[in-house]
Amino acid sequence: MDFTQTHFELFGLPQAYALDRDKLDAAYREMQNTVHPDRFAAQPDAEQRVAMQWATQANEAYQTLKHPVSRGVYLLKLQGIDAFDASNTKMAPAFLMQQMEWREAIDEARAGNSTAALDALSDDLRSAHRRIEAQLADLIDTAHDYAAACEAVRQLRFMDKLIAEVGDVYEELETY
Amino acid sequence: MALLQIAEPGMSTAPHQHRLAVGIDLGTTNSLVSTVRSGLAVVLDDEAGHSLLPSVVRYCSSGEIEVGYAAQAAQNRDPHNAIASVKRFMGRGIADIDDIASLPYRFVDAPGMVQLRTAAGVKSPVEVSAEILKTLRQRAETAMGGELVGAVITVPAYFDDAQRQATKDAAQLAGLNVLRLLNEPTAAAIAYGLDNASEGIYAVYDLGGGTFDISILKLSKGVFEVLATNGDSALGGDDFDQRVFCWIVEQGRFQPLSAGDMRLLLTKARDAKEALTEHTDVRITAVLSTGEMMDATLTQTEFNSMTASLVSKTLAPTRKALRDAGLSVDEVKGVVMVGGSTRMPCIRHAVAGFFKQTPLTNLDPDKVVALGAAMQADVLAGNRAGDDWLLLDVIPLSLGLETMGGLTEKVIPRNTTIPTARAQEFTTFKDGQTAMSVHVLQGERELASDCRSLARFELRGIPPMVAGAARIRVTFQVDADGLLSVAAREQSSGVEASVQVKPSYGLGDDEVTRMLKDAFTYAKDDMYARALNEQIVDAQGLIAATRAALAQDAALLDEAETAAIEAGIADLETRMAGTDHQAIKRGIEALNAVTTEFAQRRMDQNVRRAMAGQKLETFG
Repeated sequence: MDFTQTHFELFGLPQAYALDRDKLDAAYREMQNTVHPDRFAAQPDAEQRVAMQWATQANEAYQTLKHPVSRGVYLLKLQGIDAFDASNTKMAPAFLMQQMEWREAIDEARAGNSTAALDALSDDLRSAHRRIEAQLADLIDTAHDYAAACEAVRQLRFMDKLIAEVGDVYEELETY
Repeated sequence: MALLQIAEPGMSTAPHQHRLAVGIDLGTTNSLVSTVRSGLAVVLDDEAGHSLLPSVVRYCSSGEIEVGYAAQAAQNRDPHNAIASVKRFMGRGIADIDDIASLPYRFVDAPGMVQLRTAAGVKSPVEVSAEILKTLRQRAETAMGGELVGAVITVPAYFDDAQRQATKDAAQLAGLNVLRLLNEPTAAAIAYGLDNASEGIYAVYDLGGGTFDISILKLSKGVFEVLATNGDSALGGDDFDQRVFCWIVEQGRFQPLSAGDMRLLLTKARDAKEALTEHTDVRITAVLSTGEMMDATLTQTEFNSMTASLVSKTLAPTRKALRDAGLSVDEVKGVVMVGGSTRMPCIRHAVAGFFKQTPLTNLDPDKVVALGAAMQADVLAGNRAGDDWLLLDVIPLSLGLETMGGLTEKVIPRNTTIPTARAQEFTTFKDGQTAMSVHVLQGERELASDCRSLARFELRGIPPMVAGAARIRVTFQVDADGLLSVAAREQSSGVEASVQVKPSYGLGDDEVTRMLKDAFTYAKDDMYARALNEQIVDAQGLIAATRAALAQDAALLDEAETAAIEAGIADLETRMAGTDHQAIKRGIEALNAVTTEFAQRRMDQNVRRAMAGQKLETFG
């Protein structure tokens, strides 16, 4: 296994934020079809161990590229940049305002026991998420503005937390 | 996948042999064994024509051990020694068992896993399970006329590491070579998916005797990808019996109950539950050893209301699994019902209501897991070309470490596809600190004390440094069985200290070895003969595979490397001529070590070829 290979190279994909998800899925499936330990269960130990290493690597690469935040973090890391560097926590005031509004909306939905309000909020969050993903593709792939890309990645992570919180509230409401 | 075949046509090293492999569903209530015969998965029956083996083991004072129907029939007579539903105690401590007061067994508190006092002495749940597995192994070997190459054993998807390890230990104790631990819902999905050639998102709702699993899978081009799984490893048909049992006790004002009467009423409760699957009410009659009488009628409506909270306890994990998969109910194309408990009308009704569709019940819910396991065993044993289908499964519960202040730090989140590895760095918090304790946890809760403790170990020999200077890397590896191993290594200043932990809840390798020895006390010669035979078979297999690899890919090696491998083969052959199974084992290890680099290069080549084909497809 060549550990200097990037996750993109492993799957034969261009190194870019914009991703052809079907191609990634197909390459991942082909890779696991070749290296998965189930293919080597009747083979000697040495081959089984190698299979486990490869399958582990393929899973790691796939998960990293599949998720919008980790793909961004990974691409920035390939540029030598830590997106979550503690000294860099800048966030646009407009986004912070928006985030406070979303949080209030979560609290209101919880207080009002309203899954309809949660549904609306979920849709809102998801479309905002997609919007930031599109910006991020632009910043990394075209503008090469990595400082702004770091901020977009941080925004996405914020949004993921909000989406998880919405999930928790759904659970609370459904339990009672 | 031609590269993975051991022998090319015309240069075959051995005639193609069908390797005997089975799938075993080790259930809470019943167990089954099945195999693939002429391409078809079939459940193997016992001589009396029963496919189910009741998961009941009875230790008689004569030293005899009964398994199955005989043991089940003796439960009322001999409640302490006829152990049922032992799966619920696998990898569990005494504090984990809620309804201990209403169980007729004599529990013994032991570190890690609870044990049971029987007429044949104190037994661990692993030993009890091993008796069930031994019976199934014998059934299979009789039916198939030969020794098994290996078995796929199914476990609930929501089983944690301790429960999985205990299951693997039981199989080892029963003399089975475990090809893979396979999650029950995933096994069911194979049986269903391949029958129906399905594509899309499927949910598998598996309510067994003592465990509940829900798995969400994506089926696409022969790949079964588990997107999320959830469940409750202490919820099943037994709990429904328990509710009816409590109702009976209330009705009859029976207090206190002897162990035998308790067992009798539990059996009555189960019969009543089963009768209510077909009827709207059931009459329950019993005469206790005290002469007290029971005669009452239970209606389906009453049953439904007393068990409603159990039904909703299965829907909460179902919602969570869907949410973890990022899917809504409308995206689920089909719902597969698995486990005998899904015969209850209240369950079918609740599941249909939740998913807004009629669940699939066309395969026998008692057999579907065993059938899927047999199909997978057939693939793993190498009886098929190997590119028919592929399973990508996940871990059900997050794995992590205890950090300062008793908090849990997640290292591998739940629903991560296996195999997987993740490393985390820690540091020392005191000047001159030379040791660090590592506490491995599994679960979703924030407090370490609320999660399951899998293992504790100490990393010693850290060079004295100022606080925060040491860099301790803790690596988690989860293999394809879903089993975890953990290693810690101090890596600053070039000094290394490492330790490998294989969490084994209460049962160390030593203890398994002891039990293996105990089991063979009366057949020592037999044990040696068996061990020798196993090593020789392994060695033959390894030599054949290595020779085939050399014949195919010698170009990947230089002369010296080829010579080293040839020497390893020659050395192993010399050892095989003797009768020392330990020496053969060392020879196998040595040959495995000397071929590791070769295996790497062969895999590199496989991947290059596979991915080259991939590119042609993508651009073509």
